[in-house]
Amino acid sequence: MLYPDTVEAEVLVHKPWFVVTMFAVILAIFLAFNLTGTTMGELMRPVIGDPLQSGLYGRFAVAFVVAVIFSLNVVLIGFAPLKIQIAIVWFELLLLFLAFFETFHLSLPFIWEKLPFLITQGAVTTLYVSAISIVIASVIAILGAVAKLSTNGFAYAIASFYTSFFRGLPLLMQVYLIYLGLPQLGFVIDAVPAGILALSLCYGAYMTEIFRSGIQSIDRGQWEASRSIGFGFGITMRRIILPQALPVIIPPTGNQFISMLKDSSLVSVIGVWELMFLARTLGQKSFQHMEMLISTALIYWIMSICLELIQSRIERHYARSKVR
Amino acid sequence: MSMDLIIEAKDVAKWYGAFQVLKDINLTVRKGERIVVCGPSGSGKSTLIRCFNRLEAHQKGEITVNGITLHDRMRNVAEVRKNVGMVFQHFNLFPHMTVLMNCMVGPMWIKGASAVEAKKIALRFLERVRIPEQANKYPVQLSGGQQQRVAIARSLCMEPAVMLFDEPTSALDPEMVSEVLDTMTSLARDGMTMVCVTHEMGFARAVADRVIFMNSGQIVEEGNPEAFFTNPQHDRTKLFLSQILKH
Repeated sequence: MLYPDTVEAEVLVHKPWFVVTMFAVILAIFLAFNLTGTTMGELMRPVIGDPLQSGLYGRFAVAFVVAVIFSLNVVLIGFAPLKIQIAIVWFELLLLFLAFFETFHLSLPFIWEKLPFLITQGAVTTLYVSAISIVIASVIAILGAVAKLSTNGFAYAIASFYTSFFRGLPLLMQVYLIYLGLPQLGFVIDAVPAGILALSLCYGAYMTEIFRSGIQSIDRGQWEASRSIGFGFGITMRRIILPQALPVIIPPTGNQFISMLKDSSLVSVIGVWELMFLARTLGQKSFQHMEMLISTALIYWIMSICLELIQSRIERHYARSKVR
Repeated sequence: MSMDLIIEAKDVAKWYGAFQVLKDINLTVRKGERIVVCGPSGSGKSTLIRCFNRLEAHQKGEITVNGITLHDRMRNVAEVRKNVGMVFQHFNLFPHMTVLMNCMVGPMWIKGASAVEAKKIALRFLERVRIPEQANKYPVQLSGGQQQRVAIARSLCMEPAVMLFDEPTSALDPEMVSEVLDTMTSLARDGMTMVCVTHEMGFARAVADRVIFMNSGQIVEEGNPEAFFTNPQHDRTKLFLSQILKH
């Protein structure tokens, strides 16, 4: 939350200059595009006659109506309370989004036919690959963070070498290196474990830095208080420092979760049947790429939204002790 | 060494890099003694008492606390800290735990008390500092004075042999200073061994058995409060007292 001034300003979208400017801009934009040939023109038929014959008058009438509807919409939303504003705007953007996809003339029966497989095979694989990876990455991150903060030269050197290396290589290359490189050393490794290993190592390196900064953000006095009661390093870390560092760690870690969910698509290159792999292959036979890509995109998006919700839930949980 | 010596410091010296913060400190604290340490800022008062529970390491000399000698390779530092309570200038309560939990964790995680026992202990000492009704709040919901009293209760829950106070009232609003000093005074009345770094001269006069004045890492003057305040010997002490008693 930005801390707003307590002097209540007039709502921006109700200021006359704003409404007029908005109206003019929308009118100009829609005058520039000829919409008489679209559904809009069709809807205006009673007013402008045959849309295709209506010429400049038709074009202006359509643009005018669109501008009026748009401005009225914005002004009305301006009256609603914050929560409802957010909901309405979200909903309207979503509608526009769907309308945009509608223009691709996607084959819905094809999507319905493939969707179950896309979810049971693709989404499930994506989810479990990223879930396992994120758990391993978190464990690596805690160890790495403690090592990077320690005064032990070996621990620090190993941890900083690790983070430097795995943050310095493209994830795609790590996937290849592990999948193709390990067999050369005599360890034949399946595609899924190879993918999980690559993702965990890469994200572990990023999250090491997140955990380190989180631990460092805790005041030194907390360490001293804990030590002075007699707690050793283990209890101090687990019960005193980490619980306080978590609220700092969770937002960027949530980011990493979401990013991991999508980067797990990189393991499709080694033939893991996750979402991205299926999106590319299922539509290939009948050249219906768009159908699969768009439905997969939506599945990714929905999964990300779920993670966002979980993240905000956890953040609220940790905000308890900050309430005055 | 007699058994009722709680803290014994012999020729203690400490450096931060090339800067010497403590020079040849000799000090003994007997059971039940109340000692006030004062002196200008940077004189090493806080560092000294932080050496007593090994939050800081001394480099020379010997510190013995409750019969255990403190040194670099000790394995039983927890044994010392268990018996030495410490109260900090900025309270350092654990903000993610309720007041009750703050007091319970010591007995539970160090002494292995059950949750029921620990709660009993915690409530007893919260009662002792007169804020049992705040037990289920979080530290941020309390005033500074209340937080400091919780911090005192948290230390008391470990039933320490000695309490160290590191400027416990310096971060408080003037109105809250007295509630904390009252708590400390009543602790003193009950015979708690205490070492307090403080500038509250009224408290020192009323409670202390001995006042120690430090300047640039040395103990400059040491005596009973009556003599210390009415007849200071050292010039530096006179200057210090005239400065802080001026207003």
